[in-house]
Amino acid sequence: MKKSANKNYRGKKLIDKKFLGKAPIDKQVLAKYSKGPGLDLKRKRNVIKNKVVRKKLQQKEKIIEKQVEASARAELLLTEEHGYLEADEGETTTEYRQKQLTDNVDITSAAKQFKLDLQFGPYCFRYTRNGRHLLLGGKQGHVAAFDWVTKKLACEINVMESVHDVTWLHLETMFAVAQKDWVYIYDNQGIELHCLKRMNGVTRLEFLPYHFLLASGSKDGHMAWLDVSIGKLVARYNSNLGRISVMTQNPSNAVLCVGDSKGIVSMWSPNSTKPLAKMLCHHQSILTCAIHPHGTYMATSCVDKSVKIWDVRQLTGPVSHMHLCSPAHRMSYSQRGLLALSMGNVVEVFRETSGDFKPYLRHKTARNVGCVKFCPYEDVLGISTANEFSSLLVPGSAEANYDAHEINPFQTKHQRREAEVKALLEKIQPELITLDSTEILEVDVPTYKEKMESKKKLLYIKPKSINFEPRRTKAKGKGGTAKVIKTKKILKDLSRRVRDFHIF
Amino acid sequence: MKVKVLTRNPDEYLRETKRDIHKIPRNFDPALHPFVAPREYTKALNAIKLERVFAKPFVGNLEGHKDAISCICKHPSQLSTLLSGAYDGEVKMWNLAKGTCTRTLLAHDGIIRAATFIPDGKRFITIGDDKTIKTWDAANNEKDEPLNTIASKRVLSNITHHRTKPVFVTCGEGLCHMWEETRNVPLHTFKWGVDSLHDVKFNPVQKDLLASCGSDRSIILYDTRETGPLTRIVMKLRSNKLSWNPMEAFTFTCANEDYNLYTYDIRKLKTPINVHMDHVEAVIDVDYSPTGKEFVSGSYDKSIRIFEVNKGHSREVYHTKRMHRLTCVGWSLDDKYIISGSDEMNLRIWKAKASEKLGILKTREKLARRCNDALIEKYAIHPEIRRIARHRQVPKHIYNARAELRTIREKNKRKEANRRSHSKKNTVPFMSEREKHIVRQDN
Repeated sequence: MKKSANKNYRGKKLIDKKFLGKAPIDKQVLAKYSKGPGLDLKRKRNVIKNKVVRKKLQQKEKIIEKQVEASARAELLLTEEHGYLEADEGETTTEYRQKQLTDNVDITSAAKQFKLDLQFGPYCFRYTRNGRHLLLGGKQGHVAAFDWVTKKLACEINVMESVHDVTWLHLETMFAVAQKDWVYIYDNQGIELHCLKRMNGVTRLEFLPYHFLLASGSKDGHMAWLDVSIGKLVARYNSNLGRISVMTQNPSNAVLCVGDSKGIVSMWSPNSTKPLAKMLCHHQSILTCAIHPHGTYMATSCVDKSVKIWDVRQLTGPVSHMHLCSPAHRMSYSQRGLLALSMGNVVEVFRETSGDFKPYLRHKTARNVGCVKFCPYEDVLGISTANEFSSLLVPGSAEANYDAHEINPFQTKHQRREAEVKALLEKIQPELITLDSTEILEVDVPTYKEKMESKKKLLYIKPKSINFEPRRTKAKGKGGTAKVIKTKKILKDLSRRVRDFHIF
Repeated sequence: MKVKVLTRNPDEYLRETKRDIHKIPRNFDPALHPFVAPREYTKALNAIKLERVFAKPFVGNLEGHKDAISCICKHPSQLSTLLSGAYDGEVKMWNLAKGTCTRTLLAHDGIIRAATFIPDGKRFITIGDDKTIKTWDAANNEKDEPLNTIASKRVLSNITHHRTKPVFVTCGEGLCHMWEETRNVPLHTFKWGVDSLHDVKFNPVQKDLLASCGSDRSIILYDTRETGPLTRIVMKLRSNKLSWNPMEAFTFTCANEDYNLYTYDIRKLKTPINVHMDHVEAVIDVDYSPTGKEFVSGSYDKSIRIFEVNKGHSREVYHTKRMHRLTCVGWSLDDKYIISGSDEMNLRIWKAKASEKLGILKTREKLARRCNDALIEKYAIHPEIRRIARHRQVPKHIYNARAELRTIREKNKRKEANRRSHSKKNTVPFMSEREKHIVRQDN
């Protein structure tokens, strides 16, 4: 298909033909869907000598190529366009206030800009993965869950304890709250479902949706992962980092990134008590750390007023480096790569253009900002302070076209239930949390040492003669030639025993 | 100022009425689908587990024979019709769909050795230990008398019918006789050696080519037109049955006494092209699937195994507590069922794919199954998945026999390696598994 299209365009003979076949696809779009270069199966250079195997592999490659092409062509069917904000001549986008934005957009969008006056502040909050629901947690015990689009309240309770962090579980029907001592799980009517006493003194909560793990970092440096589908604590250990106050998850590989006071970001999985990787990002303590929802970049900010962007796939960087006028206390990455920073009572949104970050929007509040988060699939940024929560419009921050099989903002109750079952069926085991989530597709090549060992184990090579002088024991009945021979035989058998894997 | 904020009109995303289907917008951007590999792996793992959960291969059994079953014969065009012969001389015709016996004949005095349908399916021929060849009407259920009876001078052990011509071949004491349906004396007699032959099969494509197994451990190929015997291979132990591959008719597989099956290419008979191991006692019968990609074998170790043609080990093993030593197996012509006859008078019907769902599948079900199969194939090499896919519970006697065989094999290997290392170079040559079991080829 692709070949013929190319030929048609290149070959001069066919130029006057009426139908030129399918339209050519933009190479950049193809590259976006590409699954890698694939195998080189040209006959001459190939290591695969078997014709049948080579043919089979060629066919597989063709299928993959077709699939990539089909998904690239399907991009034509995407209906929504993402938002944008363009300044007039002589103006910059940072000059525009929220009032001006709401005046210039349609009513439904304007309704997304709102403010809640609250009194149990400072607040932390989370959006659900589909961006429909909002969970607020006030330090003084106020917890509220609601559909922020329709402003329909699901529940509002006061837990009568300090609240340190809140997070939704896999659906909008359940959420976890890190309270004074323990972590509690409530349902969307505010009924307490569980009290997790194994997670005590928790300061930060994260939920890993594909693994169904509720991860927590506590004030004494303990990290814990709890499988919420079966209620089992998967791992719990001391990270030896002291109080964990900066913790985010990498959404592309489910590794927890913890920033400490020495400027190091360490990456943790439930499988090892040592961090999988450590990055020295700053020389002073890290204030906050945010990771791009697609798992590409990580932004870290430091008390020395600098913000650095790192390539978190290759663990290199910094890709870019910013100096601010005051240190950024909270950060958030949007789906399309906008970076929101809160500095005191100012929230600034940065946009990347050709490598460097430029300010895009600015917003001032009366009090210091406690938390900023972009809403997924909506052009909205939520900020919370000690006495208010406000939702700001940030055009062009969110992904316009969602995939309903993955996340559906418009899902019905029935669909939600079905999606829950499906998600549970493909729950990824915690053992698969690694730095590279595609590790499972890689070929396991035995090392030279392993090869040699397996060769040694082959049974038909005569075992080495074992000659040893047994200890002479004076005790009665312990020595004797028969006993020595028996011991030697046992040792010989042990040395050549091969574990066989024949099952049938 | 030019501004646009993302707004989604709910009308475009929600169905209009409750009778509509839900709108499912898709976006195939890889960034929106994280953890593709681990999720696929989990799905594959679930799929393979479900496959094992649903692996219930036994469909049913047909009872009615009063003695051990000696042979079965499939109808060439009707899927539901099956003939079976027993040791007491009784032949039964079965309706497989209903699971009932439609006809019972006391055909011979003594064991029924073999039965075969005429290619049009209207008559069938049986042979027995009373040295007679009887032709029966397959359509008329009431008639108890054969249409024709031929008395042979020699003991008969097997019969095969030509694919198109009205000609059939019987084998027995040292000879192969070719008969025409209308005549009472053989047309031709083929002979090589004096030992008796116990199986003979016409090639389904090269229609005049004939292969037979002899008790002198040989497999002989004949051309029935003029030449007679073409070539003969002699193996270490005798072959019990052979079966031609219906799709690649230049290959056949023989079931051997030495617990193995051997696939031969008739263009190169010097060594078999594959040795199929896994049975722990003599293999009695073998039959190909109509696709020619797999075959089923029944063994004296009370188990049925399914092999892929190009693989050395079986992909499936069937057994039940009550099934005794297998005497005959057959693969149904719709590639879905396996029929086995055994010593304890029962015919059993099995599914060819153990976890296949019988009956009509919904489209969604079909798609899900296809998706699962693709995932299982993709992740087949992963140790956990391979372990689950391979694991079979086998009876204790097979389990123990297998361990014993393994020990014996390892012992021989070690002995050979030791002998090689202690003798002059090249005096103990390496011998491949395929070469080991063949003695010579005569032309």
